Amino acid sequence: MNDFSSAAAGARFVNIGERTNVTGSAKFKKLILAGDYDAAVSVARDQVEAGAQVIDVNMDEALLDGELAMATFLKRLAAEPDIARVPVMIDSSKWSVIEAGLQCVSGKPIVNSISLKEGEGLFLKTARKVRAYGAAVVVMAFDETGQADTKQRKIDICERAYKLLIGDGFPPEDIIFDPNVFAVATGIDEHRRYALDFIEAAREIRARCPHVHISGGLSNLSFSFRGNEPVRRAMHSVFLFHAIPAGMDMAIVNAGQLDVYDAIDPELREACEDVILDRRPKAGGDATERLIALAERFRGTDAAEEKKAAEWRSLPVTERLSYALVKGIDEHIVADTEEARQAFARPIEVIEGPLMDGMNVVGDLFGSGKMFLPQVVKSARVMKRAVAHLIPFIEEEKEKSGASRGKGRIVMATVKGDVHDIGKNIVGVVLQCNGFEVIDLGVMVPWQKILQAANDNNADMIGLSGLITPSLDEMVTVAGEMQRADLRLPLLIGGATTSKVHTALRIDPAYEGPVIHVLDASRAVGVASSLVSDTQRTPLIDTTAEDYEKIRRSRERSGHSELAALPDARANGFAYDPSGKAPAPQYPGLHHFGEWPLKDLKASIDWTPFFRAWELAGTYPAILDDPVVGESARSLFKDAQQMLDQIIAERWVTPKGTVGLWRCRREGDNVLILAGNDWTRVPFLRQQVKKREGRPNMCLADFIDPDGEDWIGGFAVGIHGLEPHLERFKQTVDDYDDILLKALADRLAESFAEVLHAHVRNRLWDYADEHLSNAELIRERYQGIRPAPGYPACPDHSLKPILFDMLGGAPGEVTLTENFAMLPTSAVSGFYFAHRDASYFGVARIGQDQLEEYAQRREVDVETATRWLRPNLD
Amino acid sequence: MTVANDFRAAAARRVLVKDGAYGTLIQCEGLKEADYRGDLPLNHDQKGNNDLLNLTRPDIVRKIAKQFVASGADILATNTFNANRISQADYGAESLVPDINRAAAQIIRKVVEEAAADGKKRWVAGAIGPTNKTLSLSPDVNDPGYREVTFEEVKDVYREQIDALVEGGIDFVLIETVFDTLNCKAAIMAALEAEAALGRELPIMISMTLTDLSGRNLSGHTVEGFWASVRHARPLTIGLNCSFGAAQLRPHLAALARHAETLVMAYPNAGLPNELGCYDEAAEETAVQVREWLDDGLVNIVGGCCGTTPAHIAAIAKVAADAAPRKIPAPSNHTMLSGLEPMTLAA
Repeated sequence: MNDFSSAAAGARFVNIGERTNVTGSAKFKKLILAGDYDAAVSVARDQVEAGAQVIDVNMDEALLDGELAMATFLKRLAAEPDIARVPVMIDSSKWSVIEAGLQCVSGKPIVNSISLKEGEGLFLKTARKVRAYGAAVVVMAFDETGQADTKQRKIDICERAYKLLIGDGFPPEDIIFDPNVFAVATGIDEHRRYALDFIEAAREIRARCPHVHISGGLSNLSFSFRGNEPVRRAMHSVFLFHAIPAGMDMAIVNAGQLDVYDAIDPELREACEDVILDRRPKAGGDATERLIALAERFRGTDAAEEKKAAEWRSLPVTERLSYALVKGIDEHIVADTEEARQAFARPIEVIEGPLMDGMNVVGDLFGSGKMFLPQVVKSARVMKRAVAHLIPFIEEEKEKSGASRGKGRIVMATVKGDVHDIGKNIVGVVLQCNGFEVIDLGVMVPWQKILQAANDNNADMIGLSGLITPSLDEMVTVAGEMQRADLRLPLLIGGATTSKVHTALRIDPAYEGPVIHVLDASRAVGVASSLVSDTQRTPLIDTTAEDYEKIRRSRERSGHSELAALPDARANGFAYDPSGKAPAPQYPGLHHFGEWPLKDLKASIDWTPFFRAWELAGTYPAILDDPVVGESARSLFKDAQQMLDQIIAERWVTPKGTVGLWRCRREGDNVLILAGNDWTRVPFLRQQVKKREGRPNMCLADFIDPDGEDWIGGFAVGIHGLEPHLERFKQTVDDYDDILLKALADRLAESFAEVLHAHVRNRLWDYADEHLSNAELIRERYQGIRPAPGYPACPDHSLKPILFDMLGGAPGEVTLTENFAMLPTSAVSGFYFAHRDASYFGVARIGQDQLEEYAQRREVDVETATRWLRPNLD
Repeated sequence: MTVANDFRAAAARRVLVKDGAYGTLIQCEGLKEADYRGDLPLNHDQKGNNDLLNLTRPDIVRKIAKQFVASGADILATNTFNANRISQADYGAESLVPDINRAAAQIIRKVVEEAAADGKKRWVAGAIGPTNKTLSLSPDVNDPGYREVTFEEVKDVYREQIDALVEGGIDFVLIETVFDTLNCKAAIMAALEAEAALGRELPIMISMTLTDLSGRNLSGHTVEGFWASVRHARPLTIGLNCSFGAAQLRPHLAALARHAETLVMAYPNAGLPNELGCYDEAAEETAVQVREWLDDGLVNIVGGCCGTTPAHIAAIAKVAADAAPRKIPAPSNHTMLSGLEPMTLAA
């Protein structure tokens, strides 16, 4: 929370451009008064380009026809797609001017502002009109007696306005309160608490008025320091540093002119903090005097400061680009890229020259293990922004001269029915770093679209990804369709459930073109580069084909470990011990948890898989001190903690879950479950691989009492609400934060499953009396298991619809795709077994006899069952 | 039970079917100018003024509506796509706008009532077209700030049409083929004001049209941006129509289906027009594409637009009968703003 001036500012709060305001910008006022709308439009464009996410438009000037000026300017903006893409804030103290503006805006704007100044009647009447135009609204903390100046008045007026609006049907999420930012350090004693009152009021308003937002204009705050920009900027930054965590999530501000909190001179920062937080009242209230005294020293220090802060900035431009790429600094990348573009003859040379040189350094460091994935993704973010800047120029040149292409073009997709894309995104980023053009089709992509994209883009190869086992079949389908379409381009296969063996046995035979399994992101570059190389292509394809042929032959010859006949396996089942049976649940039936507190989930996060997702090998916490990956892991862990804290503080996501505890009976390898009024049959699979003496052939049903009534449970949890944040990262071209958030959400889902399981054991079912540390919890030192459909003990993903039905349809608001992947992506579901001896195992390979019987038990044909159980049949 | 709740309850049970295009079938009638004109005292050439047929050849409109009923349509739209003062000005028939709309609604209402004997519920949607003037774009390339019409004018034009349709007995206002989001916002305001004057619920259906394959309408909105801009209407249905064929609509429909916390209705053209401007996608082909939407749970209501005939609707109704309706996502408390593109704030 110390860098809101960077491009990542959007991640934390919305900055509203303030320059298209005649009351705040002398330049803009001059242009409008002169009727120079062309130049006025370019002021708006500059702001959007500088990162304003909304632009405030204000025409309140005595010499102007406000209605006409507002309408004319907004109509002109509508003709500029690069400006009109962002929402407008229509800012006026006159309703007629606001309405004139509303009639010209096709999107959903914000009205700034309305208030209780002239009583409730007019307030509600105006609010209804705002709503009929489909706008959000800023409500000023202003009532019949005047502007709210104290904390209590701010809170009271906002809460009163909130209740009135909600009671009238106004959507709460469309309300933005402006609790008034006033000038501090004015020397007047009553003004001392103004900033602090705003911050404290913001926190209280957010708590009392669910779903609203808080905004404010920053320039008032530092009014006393007009003409001293360094001090004003420092004050604004310090103010935001404290106001954002309190709930301020919008500000009318010149985003390009905020300082990095940590980079502010410590003495100045402290002085600003004293003023803003009113921290030295006991010491004689001298905070203002101190700041004023200091302020003189900082007047005009801008230039010197900047130079000192960034010596690398004085390097030649090509070295600056390389430095920014290697260090992952995106602050100046667009300006530097532009400078380089002007220095080179053709824009493409900037990419082929300094940018690729920089990325080659990154690639070498990555390849030699001196740099790790998280840093590479940060570098890629910088690269993408640089390339994004150059693309329009390259396109322009192409139009003049004809096309050129990069190293190679790859179409990538997570296959139909699957929603997991962390791994695919990582591979995409790494390939892009290495000069490949990646056309990413996203998740749940049907084969038609993949083939179409490959064809339309004249791709050099296709990459498929998937996490859940049904995706393996879908990949075979895509390969088959590629064959049918007579394609010959290479097909790359990756993702957590994919394997060289599956690729060799199932996918490769379906397609005559080259098929290559890629183990992880670090191998992707080597494979892709070989495939576009004249000399390495054929050797790679040939050795891979031979390799796969060898795998197929050895599978044929050696066959598999021997299977027991199903009746024999059953006879060798796990012996049920009645003494380990759990008592009946304290609270049977369904339990819904609409919003489990996020902060409860932090401590029980299992971090080891998080690092694995980033291809950092090792166990947490030891990995942080690992001599090889430790530094990278620490940096990643720091970023993760920071985002996690923000996720929790700003409630980015909502954990929802459902638990069901039901009466059940065992029927062979089935469990009959009484959920609601209906008995549901849930069939489980039994290990069939021949065991040595004394080792049972396990089946989950073995943990249920064969001689009477018993109990079983089920659950599903999901982490909801990532989309707006991912969308934001997409807009700021931020793969790093995108992957980070998804990986964290996965961890939160797992942690939620763990915490909920503990809640079930100790409260809802109440068969345990545990006092476990988080480490013990993560190591599963407790009685009972929660096997998930699609995982080794219960490998059939298609049990999920049955489980979900028993849990009431969409438990934890989690839904299923046609291939039984869960949505949202960060979700966990499973069964609860409470028997003392219940333990996890892998079903592994099963025989044709069990397959056919299972099909009967599921009441489906053998073909369908074969598809479901494919991974257990090879 | 209000008509909107009634409709929602039916849509929760099964995928509902909207009718197809009037224009396509009227074309087949091979009408002469005199058929259009009837005995009305009009100066301009009336050939092609399909909306006027509600007054001069109600038999043809009735026949087409009955064919769609027989094909399995649950929602019957009025033949009033251009029955507004702006569009009718081209035919010098502005003064007939109230009469055309009232008659159009009465015809369909009667058809629906007669069909009710089979015990099936059907609804009448008053079709409101986009007019041929746009509030967001200048017709003059040299003067990007110029507009041919104002918001108030467009709103009044829509209000006149809506009031007459209500008089004639429609259940819903269907704002369709929205190419300019601001025109749609004016229509929404007209409908809201008509509803307030009426003192009873007047549900709104909204259907956007995409003008290029990148998925934007003429005023530049993506489907998500469009949804953010019209969500305040709390429409009974939101969706897409016309544009291109079902196959090309799919990704944009999927985006909308993900976000919209209301029923989704989509009615595609019968493919893309061929080089002669005719739609020649066979009924079964359209139905196969529509079926993909249904398989993926993207829609609650399907139907047809340009080039679709009763045969297309029958084929679509057949695939709809076997399909499960889309599940409506839970309402979101996230603030959605929009320029041309959507912007969602965290709750």
